[in-house]
Amino acid sequence: MSVIEPAVLAPEAARRSPGRRALRRFLRHRMAVVSAVVLLLIVLAAVFARQIAGHDPNTTDLFATRAGPSGDHWLGTDATGRDVLARLLFAGRVSLGVGVAAALLAVVVGTVVGSLSGLLGGWVDQTAMRLADVFMSFPSLVVMVVIAGVIGPSVTAMVIAIGLFQWPQCGRLVRGVTLAVREQEYVQAARAAGAGPLWLIRRHIVPAALPPVSVVATLAVAQAIGLEATMSFLGLGVQPPAASWGNMLTDAQSLTVISTMPWLWLPPGLAVAATVLAVNFIGDGLRDAVDPRHT
Amino acid sequence: MGAYIIRRLLINVLVFFLITVVIFWLVHKAPGDPIAMMVPPDQLNAGSAAFIAAKRHELGLDQPLVVQYWHWLTGALHGDFGYSLVNGRSVTSLLGERFGPTIELMGTGLLLSLVIAFPLGIVAALRRNTRVDYAATVVSLGSVSIPAFFIALIAIYVFTVKFPILPSSGISDPSAPSLVDSLQHLILPAVILGFANSGPYMRYVRSSMITELGADYVRTAEAKGATRRRVVVRHTLRNSLIPVLTYIAANLPQQLAGAVVIEQVFAWPGMGQLAVSSVGRHDYSVIIGFALIIAVLVLISSLLADVLYTLVDPRVRLN
Repeated sequence: MSVIEPAVLAPEAARRSPGRRALRRFLRHRMAVVSAVVLLLIVLAAVFARQIAGHDPNTTDLFATRAGPSGDHWLGTDATGRDVLARLLFAGRVSLGVGVAAALLAVVVGTVVGSLSGLLGGWVDQTAMRLADVFMSFPSLVVMVVIAGVIGPSVTAMVIAIGLFQWPQCGRLVRGVTLAVREQEYVQAARAAGAGPLWLIRRHIVPAALPPVSVVATLAVAQAIGLEATMSFLGLGVQPPAASWGNMLTDAQSLTVISTMPWLWLPPGLAVAATVLAVNFIGDGLRDAVDPRHT
Repeated sequence: MGAYIIRRLLINVLVFFLITVVIFWLVHKAPGDPIAMMVPPDQLNAGSAAFIAAKRHELGLDQPLVVQYWHWLTGALHGDFGYSLVNGRSVTSLLGERFGPTIELMGTGLLLSLVIAFPLGIVAALRRNTRVDYAATVVSLGSVSIPAFFIALIAIYVFTVKFPILPSSGISDPSAPSLVDSLQHLILPAVILGFANSGPYMRYVRSSMITELGADYVRTAEAKGATRRRVVVRHTLRNSLIPVLTYIAANLPQQLAGAVVIEQVFAWPGMGQLAVSSVGRHDYSVIIGFALIIAVLVLISSLLADVLYTLVDPRVRLN
């Protein structure tokens, strides 16, 4: 990661702050803007799940099992007569929550390890980067299956595992920024004046790393949502009766459901796909906005 | 070059041993009596308390943890993973019979990933910032974003339910086994696995090609009158192949992650399906054997990536 070079700017562009110019570049990325709107709607739907749904996600109705969409149940009901729309909306809370929590963990660990690695150098740097290699070479999904096998399915364990396996991307990035920033005169001046590593990280490294880290963090959210859905689909993530987009699809593995009850599997599948796509497109747009030279 | 390889080998082996320590710790953390994991059940059922105590001594379970770790590791490296807690069969043979199907699926999937990724990546790089490039980006983002199991359900709906032309489960039809039948069973899972894994490869091919297309030797070749096609085929493609191959080698374990999901949806009798169903059955010895196989796969692929890297980059070789 290199520091953005001062570009030759048109006179009117020169008057704008870097943040505003980044925003303008983001707004030019049409898919990213559309995605931001879609994601906003999904988040709002999850937040106001109770108000929108009109049904409780866990109330069963054994007289109306696997009923098709109707005026009362817009997306029909599942095998125990629970309202699919309500479950879909509440599942959104779980998926988005797991995604954001895991990505946040990855960013915090990555920033701390990466900046210390870059500042201290030597064996700390060597060990940390080796460790990053090891974590990156393991397929996180498979490791999560093994963890679920030994300690049992747990959402907390899942968040920690996703976070632990995703910190290296952020760690390497922050290390690169640290190495570049470390040589800047203002940082050397701060060091000469007696600034410690923690002060340097807070005042100089974090602000410099924030734009590229926001891109990595966004992509980490997308990946975490996908991993959660996959684990729950395999029956190793969010456990029933709690709803998650992944575990709603688990019941759809029979040919009967696939062929005759699309309301049971299409909505949760589309929800994961739309959310992850939207977050990834936003990440793509952010990358263009933050680093204009990136193609 | 030799020194570099040896250094990397040592680091990789060290990491591998650290991982086996973690796995051994999992063995200990796993609920259940370790005796039941190591002794064939018929012997266990026949045994009395004295027999179990003798067995415990014989297996070294009364010895310090370090000694136990050594015994477990040497046993595992000789292919002795203990016995399934559910059906009493040896984990080695259980995993062994699942190995072939998984390799078949992973291998075909990888091949199809590359078949998708290379043309798209090259065209996207050549027609940078055009509609073709954006379309390729959308395809690769789609492959990364849409969960493979959802694509699988849609594919089953289209190709098994609506137009019943392809089977949706199993590796072959036991009543009428033939090559055509096996291929028919392979198509859906392999194509979906291939598509699901193609996104990162495509982006890698694209950026690698863009880097090479901007190199000075491209301008030299063009100045000497080489056609675009010749430059791409003879020069940039070859050079960009180097980092791509290293990336593919390093990413082999990721193929396994995709296979775990696909095997589950298509009832493909591979290791991933065995692992997921073992989790459901609390069959810890099988899960731990599976973990060890992943560790070996990671070790091999990372060594392979190192060797490829050294072979193709003279700067590493000379150091």
